[in-house]
Amino acid sequence: MSPQRDELPNLELTEDDIAFRDEARAWLAANVPAEPLPSMDTADGFRAHQEWEARLAAARWSVVSWPQEYGGRGASMVQWVLFEEEYYRAGAPGRVSQNGIFLLSPTIYEFGTKEQQDRWLPSMATGEVIWAQAWSEPESGSDLASLRSTATRDDSRGGWVLNGQKTWSSRASYAHRGFGLFRSDPDSTRHHGLTYLTFPLDADGLLVRPIAQLDGEAGFAELFFDDVFVPDADVLGEPGQGWAVAMSTTGSERGLSLRSPGRFCAAADRLTALWRSHGAPTAFRDRVVDAWLGAEAYRLYTWGTVTGLVTGRSIGFASSANKVFWSELDVALHETALDLQGPEGERFSPWTDGYLFSLSGPIYAGTNEIQRNIVAERILGLPREPRGAGA
Amino acid sequence: MRFELTDEQRGFAASLTDLMRSADAVGAARAWAAGDKDPGTRLWSRLAEQGVTALVLPEDQGGLGGTLVDLVVAFEVLGHGLAVGPWIESAALLPHADGAMITAAVPPLAPYAVDADVATLASGTAGQTLASIDTTRTLVAVAGPDEIPADAVDRAVLAASAELLGAGERLLSDTVAYVKQRRQFGREIGSYQAVKHQLADVRIALDFARPLVLGAALGDVPVSAAKVMAGDAARRSARTALQLHGAIGYTRELDLGLWINRVRALVGAWGSADHHRGVLAELLREA
Ligand SMILES: Cc1cc2nc3c(=O)[nH]c(=O)nc-3n(C[C@H](O)[C@H](O)[C@H](O)COP(=O)(O)OP(=O)(O)OC[C@H]3O[C@@H](n4cnc5c(N)ncnc54)[C@H](O)[C@@H]3O)c2cc1C
Repeated sequence: MSPQRDELPNLELTEDDIAFRDEARAWLAANVPAEPLPSMDTADGFRAHQEWEARLAAARWSVVSWPQEYGGRGASMVQWVLFEEEYYRAGAPGRVSQNGIFLLSPTIYEFGTKEQQDRWLPSMATGEVIWAQAWSEPESGSDLASLRSTATRDDSRGGWVLNGQKTWSSRASYAHRGFGLFRSDPDSTRHHGLTYLTFPLDADGLLVRPIAQLDGEAGFAELFFDDVFVPDADVLGEPGQGWAVAMSTTGSERGLSLRSPGRFCAAADRLTALWRSHGAPTAFRDRVVDAWLGAEAYRLYTWGTVTGLVTGRSIGFASSANKVFWSELDVALHETALDLQGPEGERFSPWTDGYLFSLSGPIYAGTNEIQRNIVAERILGLPREPRGAGA
Repeated sequence: MRFELTDEQRGFAASLTDLMRSADAVGAARAWAAGDKDPGTRLWSRLAEQGVTALVLPEDQGGLGGTLVDLVVAFEVLGHGLAVGPWIESAALLPHADGAMITAAVPPLAPYAVDADVATLASGTAGQTLASIDTTRTLVAVAGPDEIPADAVDRAVLAASAELLGAGERLLSDTVAYVKQRRQFGREIGSYQAVKHQLADVRIALDFARPLVLGAALGDVPVSAAKVMAGDAARRSARTALQLHGAIGYTRELDLGLWINRVRALVGAWGSADHHRGVLAELLREA
């Protein structure tokens, strides 16, 4: 049934949209590497992925929704989703630049100065500078507002001095710059008195210690700050307003941008093909159908969201429902593929790789427990949980 | 932008909703189950005057020439408000202009004609009457029913899916209202995470069933996809609603049970989840 995915359900595409999609499809068909790239969480793989980003950028496919001046095509929301669909359908590599382009860049566009935009965006678009998100701390996971790393004012040098520790920073092992929140007012609590700062990962006083993930690769790292100096020019938004600055990006992280439907549709199609190649065993019928149904539901839901956005509604807290749905779908889909292969499923393969990655979905970007709280409290209007002191 | 409902569709839904509320649809359903068909028949006529049975009938046959999305919009309201009578049969399977109550058996998907004790049987001979788990539905065995075209049956499956979605939404909103006011251990039970997370999962299930119901109406996915997802979501909503109401939910006195049993009936009628997963699996096998 995958051919149906050619037809976009709910939007009447303009001639421009169709031309855009066809151009993307043709370029991807001619350029997507025939062999999967090595994992981006290895030194070689990271470089290979950077090269791929550069190739995408040279043809101006790396950040299609950005304005021309920063390497984009000024593509509409609809075109952006069209591109993502084509990208995953073509089996193109995961984006090593994703924390920058999906999480940080919306904030730079919203809060960054023109000078910061000029300085940071072009090298982000080409993949030359890869950014890592440094939000979590050892004691601050789900409760991010409890963070303790500090930024101390240094007027003589015109900037801030960072101390403390961040952790679980994806790709920080190989990346070039980080962005994160620091407590800049020592008397503040929770989401007050925080400042959003960016910094080079090879700064003096900054130690990056890679941490191996479930698959053995150094996918994330912890960062130790020992008097790391950051000039005022690298502060994003107003000092003290870091929470508001940071929160402007979490909606896009949980919702549309990080997980385009193309990924799940492509994976569901691969699962269906795997099922057929095993003789379409009846025992797996329901699980395969449900994976397909989940991918279709996600695809149509996303187009519904896009339609809403185009007509002026915002995603709002629906992004939390979205996040729970795609992350659980992803695990179910990969588990089904491994179960279907029986003892062979143990062998390391793109399926086991995808499975290990899927397991992190319900944890990162706000755990699914936290997302369910948001759905219950913000969408259904249920009473807030009693919070601890200082909450 | 076909995914957005039009103002006209929203208005139509609102007028049907008002009508059902002002006519005390739930009271009519209770009376119907007890054998008094008058309030239900009056409500039927008023909904029929709004064009529900003629909704998807082509204009050249005296119908409104509506789309399947219009049908989905109407059936979600019927499910939400607990309409009684053979609506799926009269508005989706065999739409017609005069608003009559028509019923039919379509074995094996819908083996009995619903409400043939009051409605006109479209074809075949009525036999034994059987009780349904949903006391507002009377099941009648039919000998020799005519074969019905596949596209008409698909419309009925779609209507049942939309009705399930509406019933699931109603069960969710009634339960949310309940857990906000019911208190135990000194707090509203809705402030407990074990309660919240169950309701969040119902919200998510309904949110992701809806695009498949709309998608099926738009011809983007087979109706089987709509029936499986809407059935699963409504079932989850029903189970959660009962559990979170506790014993009061288990009583006949509370209206909740009317929707719980309606969901159970419609989850099976017009093709079970197993049947429709089988249909989808066939398509995937051949893809
Ligand atoms: C693969 C991966 C990549 C990541 N990349 C990054 C990154 O690039 N940058 C970054 O800053 N962070 C990153 N993270 C960290 C991620 O954001 C955190 O793991 C997440 O916020 C949860 O925090 P925690 O791990 O400390 O778990 P905790 O917050 O300690 O939670 C542990 C468990 O308790 C539950 N729990 C906590 N509070 C509640 C509550 N109120 N109600 C119910 N249950 C609760 C959680 O849901 C979870 O099940 C990454 C994580 C993973 C797995």
